[in-house]
Amino acid sequence: MKFKKILLLILSASLLLCSAVFPAQASETEEYSYDMEYYSKLKDKNVTIYVYNWGEYISDGSDGSVDVVKEFEKLTGINVEYTTFDSNESLYAKLKSGSASYDVIIPSDYMVSRLAEEGMLHKLDYSNIPNFEKYVDDEFKNPEYDSSNEYSVPYMWGTVGIIYNTKYVDDEDVTGWDLLWNEKYSGKILMFDNSRDAFAIALKKLGYSMNTTNEQEIKEAAEELSKQGDVVQAYVMDMIFDKMVEENAYIAPYYAGDYLTMADENENLAFFIPDEGTNLFTDAMCIPATSENKEAAEMFINFMCEPVISAANCDMIWYSTPISAAKPLMDEELASSDIAYPDDEVLSNTERFKHLSSETNQLMDDLWISIVRTNELTLSFWVVLFIICVGVLILVFRNMYIRQKRAQARMKY
Amino acid sequence: MKRSKISGIYAAFVLAFLYAPIAILIIYSFNSVKGYSWQGFSLKWYKELFSNELIIESFRNTLIVAFVASVLATILGILAALGVYSMKNKMAKGLIKNVTNLPILNPEIVTGISLMLLFSAMRMRGGWATLIIAHITFCVPSVFLSILPKLRQINVSLYEAAMDLGCSPAKAFQKVVIPEIMPGIVTGFLMALTYSIDDFVISFFTAGDVQTLSITIYSMVKKRVSPEINALSTILFAVVLAVLLVTNIRAIRREKEIERKRAARR
Amino acid sequence: MTIKARWAAAPYIAWMVLFTIIPLCMIAYFGFTDADGIFTLEYIKKASDHIPTLIKSIYLAAISTVICLVIAYPFAYHVSRKSYSRQKMMIMLVMLPMWMNFLLRTHALSALIEDNGVINTLLTKLGFEPLQMINTQGAVVFGMVYNYLPYMILPLYSIMTKIDVRLVEAAADLGAGFIQTHRRIIFPMSVPGIVSGTTMVFVPAVSTFVISGLLGGSGNYLIGDLITAQTLGGAYNLNYGSATSLLLMVVVLITMVIFNRLETEDSEAMIV
Repeated sequence: MKFKKILLLILSASLLLCSAVFPAQASETEEYSYDMEYYSKLKDKNVTIYVYNWGEYISDGSDGSVDVVKEFEKLTGINVEYTTFDSNESLYAKLKSGSASYDVIIPSDYMVSRLAEEGMLHKLDYSNIPNFEKYVDDEFKNPEYDSSNEYSVPYMWGTVGIIYNTKYVDDEDVTGWDLLWNEKYSGKILMFDNSRDAFAIALKKLGYSMNTTNEQEIKEAAEELSKQGDVVQAYVMDMIFDKMVEENAYIAPYYAGDYLTMADENENLAFFIPDEGTNLFTDAMCIPATSENKEAAEMFINFMCEPVISAANCDMIWYSTPISAAKPLMDEELASSDIAYPDDEVLSNTERFKHLSSETNQLMDDLWISIVRTNELTLSFWVVLFIICVGVLILVFRNMYIRQKRAQARMKY
Repeated sequence: MKRSKISGIYAAFVLAFLYAPIAILIIYSFNSVKGYSWQGFSLKWYKELFSNELIIESFRNTLIVAFVASVLATILGILAALGVYSMKNKMAKGLIKNVTNLPILNPEIVTGISLMLLFSAMRMRGGWATLIIAHITFCVPSVFLSILPKLRQINVSLYEAAMDLGCSPAKAFQKVVIPEIMPGIVTGFLMALTYSIDDFVISFFTAGDVQTLSITIYSMVKKRVSPEINALSTILFAVVLAVLLVTNIRAIRREKEIERKRAARR
Repeated sequence: MTIKARWAAAPYIAWMVLFTIIPLCMIAYFGFTDADGIFTLEYIKKASDHIPTLIKSIYLAAISTVICLVIAYPFAYHVSRKSYSRQKMMIMLVMLPMWMNFLLRTHALSALIEDNGVINTLLTKLGFEPLQMINTQGAVVFGMVYNYLPYMILPLYSIMTKIDVRLVEAAADLGAGFIQTHRRIIFPMSVPGIVSGTTMVFVPAVSTFVISGLLGGSGNYLIGDLITAQTLGGAYNLNYGSATSLLLMVVVLITMVIFNRLETEDSEAMIV
């Protein structure tokens, strides 16, 4: 496998060399070749594009992998300013406040429709993204979040499931989402630290749609979540990795691709998707309406759809690609994993997030805050001690200080 | 001296407390996988650090912002301290001091949001300018407050004497005032530098498309913080510590020598 | 006073007005209006629902501040009695951890106190029962103390170095013991340092929003987390976030103004 990657690297490097000597004469006999005519369109124009991606969500050259951004810069002569964000919501805040402008962003499904609805995205010129037609699998075209496929090109997808430790969790308990409510494992259960994902699980557990706008259903879900509060150890995101691998927690919901990473470090970890159904997410590439380098941005999107690039990205982050042509180029184990690529039966039982109205969002946010903030003070011993301490200290301060001042005043006379 | 021994042990304990997590951070920079679960020794994160442009660039950005902001904040702080020192109006003095306390008393997150609101109202696109302005804003009070007390300690007669001896005010200022307030300037500058490097909250709201190291680290929260960052911190730590030790050991030695000479002369 | 430089403060004043006072006015404006800029008290009302969370944040921050003070006072005293270059080295050693990113520091801290973390592994190896440390309020306090301790040490130290050694010696000559010297001289004289150190620990601790999430586990949501959730949550509600910020700010300012009363007007060494 490694050998193949190295070979590819050498090939692409030699291709680059060739193209420098004989421009636009990419040979078709090579195993993999970029469309040099297309990629050299903006060569000496000194274009810079700003790409805004999730943190740790691209193949960056570590471990001998392909450095995707550098590769693109070499190929096209376009300069890439690559920066990263932590959540869809902070991406939205950044775009909305107008504090920054980007050329390529990679939001998740529901955020794509929100941005499109609010007129914050450019319509894409798909004739300038030939790889979309050529490589992207049909089931990822015209998705619910972009029904006529005008604004987005899928980058990665995956499912949410429950990761659990087989050493501590009995098989008969592994039934459905209610595992996350099981009191037997109280204090060893982790939960998502954002309202949308947490509500999705509670709604699915109750048998509702995760995109419901019915206030009653959302309130019921909130009820469930606050019941769960008693057994949950912590609401976390990245801490899930360490906590699960080090067996500080036994049960956690997270993304399939990340499970594969964790399982690599602790073989007791297992993954399952509850029968009640789960969330299928897609992160898709878009161009914000403020972009002034649309052509170069589309070229970047097209590049990300090259099977060899998509495969390199998958090998790095272990999520699933919407480009089947990339599968033969990536790690075989990953390509054949039924966790990364579940069968149709599982997939048919999934739901994608839709953009909710701001009222529903606000309701969820408010309910979520009331769930996670419990205001009891468990350090009751400290209360007493603390009040005494502060009281005494303040009195002591005052007296001494006043005495001191008086003494000083006396000294002056 | 038993008491000094006890207090020495105590000081060592406090330092150990401060450095225990740092030690963990350094140890896990040699971990062969990401995160805090030990899977074997490896130097690969150090190797990969240098090819990771995002991290290198955000570190560079952090240093640039910290340096520029601290220098500007120091200049602004010196001027402000001089100005306030020579003011006679007590009301104005009090007012300025209270305003100075505002950014310190204000929670970081409030400062961050308020600056974001201001910049977007001014239609200023986020970037170097907004980031540096924000950093100057929360750095300058500490510079100001560390210089002002030093100014008060200056013996004004010295300055006057310099002028009487034919120095121009500028020259007298340079010869008398600057050396006197230098320790304050250095402390203020160092504090500004430290605050700026450590800041995440305010940068998060004002950085626009410039990415500092803390923003890069925060953007990894859905995945895992890459040990390349630990490696970078370890290198930074080692460099600063080495500089510190070398300069200080020399100073301590010099101090001892002077003392010995003094003792010999007696 | 012969140094004439009143004008020199002008850029500073302009700066503070533009980037401190005006932004705060904007927070107030956003807090009292809705998304369309129309006056409303709705968000202020909603924000005041979070007063219990605010109280909890203040409470945890206050405990941390007291612990910081208790740890920092003897340490600062110890340092201030050393020779000049040793002092400098110790103080740099105190500042150095702050050069490591605080998110990293806090992550490392959690690796230390996890259920199967370094400390518990050591304890079990030595035959003790492992302790429940992480995911408690104690852990949040621990994280705050760890992160903000240098902010307490620095002002205390710099005020203590200004205490005239002759005063201490005189006290000793007059027969005052160690405790009495501290009670009568050093402690009262370091009050301005205590006040500024308290401010510098309490304020960031009360508004922190990462420490509680990483160390506190479930149910330790603080006001800083709340403001972040409001401004960066799904609803992107700046007005709501501003209103809560305003609440936090007013409470913190009032607390601090009262506390700063302890200091007399003439000691302006807030920090150094």
